[in-house]
Amino acid sequence: MAAEINSEKPVFAIFIALFRRDLKVYFRYRGSWLNPLIFVLLVITLFTLGIGPDPAVLASHTAGILWVVALLGILLSMDALFRADYDDGSLEQLMLSADPLYLAILAKVFAHWLVTGLPIVLATPLYALMLNIPAQALPMLAIGLFIGTGVLSFIGAIGAALTVSLRSGGLLIALLTLPLYVPVIIFGSQFVQSAIEGWSTMPSLSMLAGLLIGAMALAPLAIIGGLRLSIDG
Amino acid sequence: MANWQWFHRLGSPKWLTGTMDRWLPWILGGGVALLLLSSIWGLAFTPPDYKQGNSFRIIYIHVPTAVVALAAYYVMAIAGAVSIIWRMKVADMALRAVAPVGAALTFLALVTGAIWGKPTWGAYWVWQDARLTSMLILFFLYLGIMALYDAYQNRDNGSRAAAIMALVGTVNIPIIYKSVDWWASLHQPASIKFTEETTIASEMLQPLMLAIPAMYLFFIAAVMLQMRVQIARSEKRSQWLQELARTRQQK
Repeated sequence: MAAEINSEKPVFAIFIALFRRDLKVYFRYRGSWLNPLIFVLLVITLFTLGIGPDPAVLASHTAGILWVVALLGILLSMDALFRADYDDGSLEQLMLSADPLYLAILAKVFAHWLVTGLPIVLATPLYALMLNIPAQALPMLAIGLFIGTGVLSFIGAIGAALTVSLRSGGLLIALLTLPLYVPVIIFGSQFVQSAIEGWSTMPSLSMLAGLLIGAMALAPLAIIGGLRLSIDG
Repeated sequence: MANWQWFHRLGSPKWLTGTMDRWLPWILGGGVALLLLSSIWGLAFTPPDYKQGNSFRIIYIHVPTAVVALAAYYVMAIAGAVSIIWRMKVADMALRAVAPVGAALTFLALVTGAIWGKPTWGAYWVWQDARLTSMLILFFLYLGIMALYDAYQNRDNGSRAAAIMALVGTVNIPIIYKSVDWWASLHQPASIKFTEETTIASEMLQPLMLAIPAMYLFFIAAVMLQMRVQIARSEKRSQWLQELARTRQQK
């Protein structure tokens, strides 16, 4: 009987349901989308104070600063991805359910990216003002961050899944995932730099997109493995 | 039908302890002897390099440590895969045994590379060489995995988490290496290119060919020593180990 009901349910039902529910939860707490953004703006301010006000010097460091800061913003928000669900037991229910876990994980990461990554992307004009980025590089910059933050979210989610059952997950997530962020940092800042200097942006854009596709396909497997062991323990 | 008995036997900590006890003196002795031999041969009997003089002799430590450090990561990842697929306790122990040894070798490779870099490149560290940067990232991957299993109170969960992380790292190592390579070559002034390894003279190569297997033997011995600790930690309540400890004490 139950199996019959299940078989009539569209495969994507779990994706849509979880995506909606997560978004609702995130929007009820303003800090979930506002805090990473404030953090990013703050760190950029600190970087400029450290480097000095000279526009020429700032311009040559832009790409690196922007990517490292975006990465840290995503990274710090990552611990919250599974934490609340783990604490109240709904993560366990999700793991026990018959629905495809892969889609459930995809929904959770997408929803999380939508409230942490997307605001960072949408604030691109602000960074441009702060760091003297030429206006014509703006659209490219936003596209690069759009794809790159997605990769960062998926990789960060692996660290979050592996550490969700630990009390002090935050710093450990950073230790685990920062080495894996190397390719994103490299291609991302290359992309920004080539957009600013007017070179072809296609090579680094393709690499970023490739990383995103690879992460989307493979990262959920590691995330599911991590969540399984966190629930068992 | 293939005979899988050897594989099942590997799963028994008791059998493994006995076998390792028998092999360890030979492997450790052989490794240390070969390391001494290749070092003396390399340090005293090979001609100096026409460009680098005597400083090149550090390759007899640097290259073997770097080669084995990378291989150790794959050994660790394979142990992780075995532990995830078959839930073998011994594979968990192997992962924990390999990680510190691999990290130590990576560290040695970085340090010897830096010492060699000073007379050759004029700086202890250059970011232009992709291999240096990737080795550094490898070192951080090792440290991350060690931090992960240390953070778990429950040994089994810690091992499973480390196994997953080791596999994630395996997928990423080639990507990281390629991206760092691309990054470095874009920034690289063409002057620093370092091809001794491919154009190495045979008198210099022979001790190196001895030093690499020597380092592998030494690595296996070090892992066995670590493995003993891991077995003692996770099997401390089992009867055979307590009996073994008692007979050892009486001797």
